[in-house]
Amino acid sequence: MSQKENNILLGHGSGGQMMHDLIENVFIKHFGNTILNEQADSAILPVSSEEIAFTSDSFVIDPLFFPGGNIGKLAVCGTVNDLAVSGAEPLYISVSFIIEEGFPMSDLEIIVESLASEAKNAGVLVVTGDTKVVNKGKCDKLFINTSGIGLIRKKDRYISKAFNIKTGDFIIINGTIGDHGMAVMNARESFNFKSAVESDCASLNKLIREVIDKSTIKFMRDPTRGGVATVLNELAGKIQLGIEIDESALPLDKSVEAMCELLGFDPLHIANEGKVLFVAGEQDGFKILEVLKNNELGKKSAIIGRVVSDHPGKVVLKNQTGGRRIVDSLAGDQLPRIC
Amino acid sequence: MKYIDEYRKKDLILSVSEKLKSISTKAIVLMEVCGGHTMAIHRFGLLSLLPPTIRLISGPGCPVCVSSQLFIDTAMAYSKVPGVIVTTYGDLIRVPGSTTSLEKERASGGDIRIIYSVLESLGIAKKNPDKSVIFLGIGFETTAPATAAAILQAKRENITNFFVLSAHKVMPPVMEALVKEGVIIDGFIAPGHVSAITGTAIYNDLASVFGLGVVVSGFEPVDMMQSVLMLAVQIESGKSKVEVQYQRVVNSEGNKIAQQMLNEVFELRDDRWRGLGLIAKSGLKIRDNLSSFDAEKHFTVEVPESSEPKGCICGQILRGLKTPVDCGLFGKKCTPSEPVGACMVSGEGTCATYFKYRS
Repeated sequence: MSQKENNILLGHGSGGQMMHDLIENVFIKHFGNTILNEQADSAILPVSSEEIAFTSDSFVIDPLFFPGGNIGKLAVCGTVNDLAVSGAEPLYISVSFIIEEGFPMSDLEIIVESLASEAKNAGVLVVTGDTKVVNKGKCDKLFINTSGIGLIRKKDRYISKAFNIKTGDFIIINGTIGDHGMAVMNARESFNFKSAVESDCASLNKLIREVIDKSTIKFMRDPTRGGVATVLNELAGKIQLGIEIDESALPLDKSVEAMCELLGFDPLHIANEGKVLFVAGEQDGFKILEVLKNNELGKKSAIIGRVVSDHPGKVVLKNQTGGRRIVDSLAGDQLPRIC
Repeated sequence: MKYIDEYRKKDLILSVSEKLKSISTKAIVLMEVCGGHTMAIHRFGLLSLLPPTIRLISGPGCPVCVSSQLFIDTAMAYSKVPGVIVTTYGDLIRVPGSTTSLEKERASGGDIRIIYSVLESLGIAKKNPDKSVIFLGIGFETTAPATAAAILQAKRENITNFFVLSAHKVMPPVMEALVKEGVIIDGFIAPGHVSAITGTAIYNDLASVFGLGVVVSGFEPVDMMQSVLMLAVQIESGKSKVEVQYQRVVNSEGNKIAQQMLNEVFELRDDRWRGLGLIAKSGLKIRDNLSSFDAEKHFTVEVPESSEPKGCICGQILRGLKTPVDCGLFGKKCTPSEPVGACMVSGEGTCATYFKYRS
């Protein structure tokens, strides 16, 4: 069967020979490993841990291809990062495709290739999956659903619980904010901005592992949809302390800043796919910054704010001119202003 | 960022603030007409930099906020007409009509699309020749020229399935109406982007007839502070006039081409403003010779009588008579995610601004 020229047909999801061929010629070809190759109804996983971290995610991004990545790479990064920010070491992921009839086989293969390549890069195995093909018009081109399993060491269990956060603790991020959201929006909408902004989509597990091993962190989370503002608001609510962000310290790509100015968006609300926020005490904060800056994925890291005793439960941004404003969670979709 | 950083310099802002404090002796009330100005004032914390003698009140210059409920209800009625695609700027989509919003209508199957430029509507119309595309035209002299350009382009290209529901409005009549109504204002901070199109003569009456100072202002904190200073100087010296602070963009003539397009496509009509009622010659109607693009002429829809939501004081806020914190609904029943009044919807609405920057 030629994979490069065909479109996906309903038969590719039928469970018959066509589906078998698709699995062999596309999925096994790229994802192949000893566990997946057994092609059993379940993947049997060797684990040696008292506790595992388990996550699930779905990817419905439009467009499927955007500067800096595609839905395949994104699916791995998103799943791996959800495990990594829980303090777990990501090991296995499942990948299920829901494909619209007529979807180009060549596009599917590009997506699968980059998914496989990112999985390799992150050090995770694709161990199980599923394919469904739906009638034309019943889904938007292609959706991916994943699950991920990671091992978590007892000593790292505390990380997702946000214990022991105190006034004066640092808020740190590993680079520029809003890149993913604006890159995708620029690709999707008809702005015709000649912008070089690329999605920051990246697997952060190795970076995070290094930070965990070299310092003590009190909390971490990846600021994906809803952006930095939403993560910090959830945290402030949980710890019932205030968080103060310094606008001049926020790492921001010039193109993202300009697009946000033009459209009236707040970069703190824009999605990231390769960023992680850390909370740590002052001494560890500086150590974390050093570790991050020595890693390719953290060159533009910065301490962006502190935990404060004022305004408990709220996030406040201090701007360059001395003004202060409350940073809320994103209420709905960001709406561009009209004039 | 160039053209932004220069106008956000803390030292410069503080030096204007010091100057203002040193010259201001009279207690005065200035209205910033435009929602963009309201947002800048709060975003940059400028109120804390003003002397106690100067009070700023917010005006009716947020297009989404002043669009009447009737307009929103009509737009929603259009979205239910078979074969109609409604195109709109994003701000409008969450504005509550009498029973629902465009966002909710879209979820129940209406073909309602957010666009960033009115010209996208023409593209949609060309791609869907069997459908009718209705663009919801809102905004002042700032966005109206783009709508005019789209209509003229549709005429040139003979696009017959593109229509506009115009709620476009012009700025000076509402400013005059507020003064005539007795709202106490000593001077106006006028929107720079309006004058970029119209020039500055539109405010001459305010200065010569009503004796009020008008300063056409940019939108960055240095612009705003300088505009307040210019108005304070005028008032302290007893000489009211129209001045331009935003000289890097605005000249007294304005944009002649845009003015000519506006004039070719639109004529003035009496128009409804949310919370303010009917204001004479304050709206822009599509001229009769271009009525083939006027949605109101082509689609008959039943729109029930509507009333302002109970307890909402948007009208008084838009007049500068009250602030959002005076409203019983503010922050409780009325929030950006569940707005009751239009002032809470747009990012530049007074209530949304107060909500965002409350601290």
